[in-house]
Amino acid sequence: MKINVGESSAEEVLDYYLHQIEEEAGSAHKEGRLVCWSAALAPAEFCEAMDVSVVYPEIHAAVFASGKGNTGLLEAAARKGYGRGLCSCARNSIGFMEMLKQRTAFGSAPEALQESGAARVSLPDFVFVCNNICDAVLKWYEALARELAIPCIILDVPYNHTMPVSRHNKEYLAAQFLDVVKKLERICKKPFDYEKFYQAQVQTQRTVYQWKRVAALAFRKPSPLNGFDLFKYMEIVVMCRPKMAGEIVLRKFADELEADAAGGRFAYGEAGEEKYRVTWEGNAVWPFFNLTGRTFKETGSLLAGAGVPGMWNITYIPGDLASMAEAYSSIYLNCGAPYRYEELCRIVESSQSEGIVFHIDHSCKIASFLHREGAEYVQDRNGVPFTYFDGDQADPEVFTGAQFENRLRELTEKMEIRKS
Amino acid sequence: MNDFKQCIASPARTILRYRERTGKGVVGVMPVYCPEEIIHAAGFLPLGIWGSPNISITKTRAAWPSFVCSVAQSITELEALGAYRDLDAVVFSVPCDTLKCLSQKWDSSGVPAIVFTHPQNRRDSEQAACAFAREEYRIVKEKLEALLRVSISTDALKASIRIYNENRAACRAFSDACAQYAGLIKPSWRHTVFRARWFMEKSAHTALVNELMEAVRAEPLPDFQGRKILVSGIMTEPEEVLHILEENGFAIAADDLAQESRQIREDVPDDADPLLALARQWIRFDGCPLAFNERKPRARMLIDTAKKYGADAVIVCMPKHCDPEAFDYPILLREFRAEGMKSLCVETDPGTTSFEQIGTRIQTFAELL
Repeated sequence: MKINVGESSAEEVLDYYLHQIEEEAGSAHKEGRLVCWSAALAPAEFCEAMDVSVVYPEIHAAVFASGKGNTGLLEAAARKGYGRGLCSCARNSIGFMEMLKQRTAFGSAPEALQESGAARVSLPDFVFVCNNICDAVLKWYEALARELAIPCIILDVPYNHTMPVSRHNKEYLAAQFLDVVKKLERICKKPFDYEKFYQAQVQTQRTVYQWKRVAALAFRKPSPLNGFDLFKYMEIVVMCRPKMAGEIVLRKFADELEADAAGGRFAYGEAGEEKYRVTWEGNAVWPFFNLTGRTFKETGSLLAGAGVPGMWNITYIPGDLASMAEAYSSIYLNCGAPYRYEELCRIVESSQSEGIVFHIDHSCKIASFLHREGAEYVQDRNGVPFTYFDGDQADPEVFTGAQFENRLRELTEKMEIRKS
Repeated sequence: MNDFKQCIASPARTILRYRERTGKGVVGVMPVYCPEEIIHAAGFLPLGIWGSPNISITKTRAAWPSFVCSVAQSITELEALGAYRDLDAVVFSVPCDTLKCLSQKWDSSGVPAIVFTHPQNRRDSEQAACAFAREEYRIVKEKLEALLRVSISTDALKASIRIYNENRAACRAFSDACAQYAGLIKPSWRHTVFRARWFMEKSAHTALVNELMEAVRAEPLPDFQGRKILVSGIMTEPEEVLHILEENGFAIAADDLAQESRQIREDVPDDADPLLALARQWIRFDGCPLAFNERKPRARMLIDTAKKYGADAVIVCMPKHCDPEAFDYPILLREFRAEGMKSLCVETDPGTTSFEQIGTRIQTFAELL
């Protein structure tokens, strides 16, 4: 199947490439390519240089959870001893791994695997972990490597308790980059392709440029972009950063949004439908993604700013490892106060947000445990009201729609009072 | 034993005595691993901060979401109650997401916090990790010198490393004696000796441990009819858990607790550069869920230790909401079963007030053994 990008919509182009990537991952072993399961913010440029097919368990968790197809996977993880309380993305991928093992052992896909909608994906030949978002990923990928008895490449990104990123931190990361290369050469049994690596770095910067262009469109008032779509398109920036497909999809989307704005077409239709502008702090509630988006729309609240999608604004100079190290280290969740709160202030101010919704994500301690301090910091700075709600990025058991709606309506009242 | 007990009962008095005797102050040490030797070399008392098992959370209920571990929660509560206001500084390591956030929440009325990060890529990038750890420790030293208005010499740091290594050796010998004199040394006494280590200057602790050892060795080897176990996890607190073990005839032959033997397992190696020596200790350290190793040697280490000390079983003390321990447990359990090692996992949350369920589980386990 081929697609004419010029004549297709961004959504059609997105679906086309996502389908193509899944097909590639499914047939990688048949074509003699290795498969790596990678953390979403590990530098994909390395695997791209070695023609490794990369699968992202965090994306699987989001996709399976938003399609309500991961309950069986969470149960499979629980049967192995990985129970509730642990990150649901980790449990999702451990359950998925277990189902794939059963498929390999028995020759047919278990029911939970069929429900997930990703039965074609292969088990990994190795995993690649990078702890620039949290330390839970270290334990998660350590477990995957041990459960499957496969190699684990680690890129350890130390927590930045002071900013800017220190020189010794960048030196440590740059040295690890070289060790990642050595380990990849051993695993892939071929020399590292430095030219391809450079091209992957260049392509990553081109994709990231388009990603930032899309995100900035939500900052316009009124906005042509509904921020929930930013979460939806996050899949492509995670999976295709070093590929041309990422740039093509995101440029198409940004162009469409530009055209919409020029034509007076905004996220909620007419400009006046956008009553309140809100920043969303935390991951999406993937099992209730549509419901949360719908509730926003019903209250006239537009998701104008979000911290998590901005984590993929990884900007560096191709060919400069210190610059690359700094970019992968400066992810705001990997940085202490006040940098982290300043980043939130920047998003709120750039997006002209009038309120903030904090997702207390029961699967994500690093994101949720400093919400209170972040909220107070922003409020002290510019008086923006906020609210919290309980949820989970990939486990449907925590979130309740009624609490979410009540908290959002409460926030709209506060925003209305402040306006008047 | 009374000296150890008094030290635990009143850390404030221990601190006061230290101040009176030395004219120097106290630096708080947050869980879990810290190059305490640097603080010691400054002449200050490193004081372990693990919260309190007996505190109810009232002032800081809103400070954390419900899914935080009670160590972090009780430290925050004690901080709000002013328990740490007399410290000269606190040092934070951040080997898990909760401790990262705790370090950023710290606001104890002007007591400065010094945060450092342990490197985790200790196998594939050993040299770079070692250099990173050394630089982090150098910065800790520099910050302590500025805050405490002292100069920490290389010789002083080497002397402190020697004192700490002697203390580790004494504690390991004590732990061995606990296995040998299982009928004499109760689990709660063993814990008291280890807990006191967090409040005492280490050469004083070593002297007291050696004194206790002499007294123990003077006793005839007692006949022990109970069962020996190995305990693993973060900590065994609250102390009621230890009393339940005693009531059911258990003796602790060895431990793999973050609060106890993981602190004394690895000596600091010899090196002309003491900061590098401290860094190398972390690089060599293993078998802890907070120290990344994809080969996950902890289960093998526990099985070997249990066999070495004649333990009949392993009891894993699982704190609530502790990701690192919870991620390790399924693999531990599988390897215990493959080896025929009996094991039990009990949720030992320091904030627990009701012990009936733990009591029933431990009693049943004792009967099964």
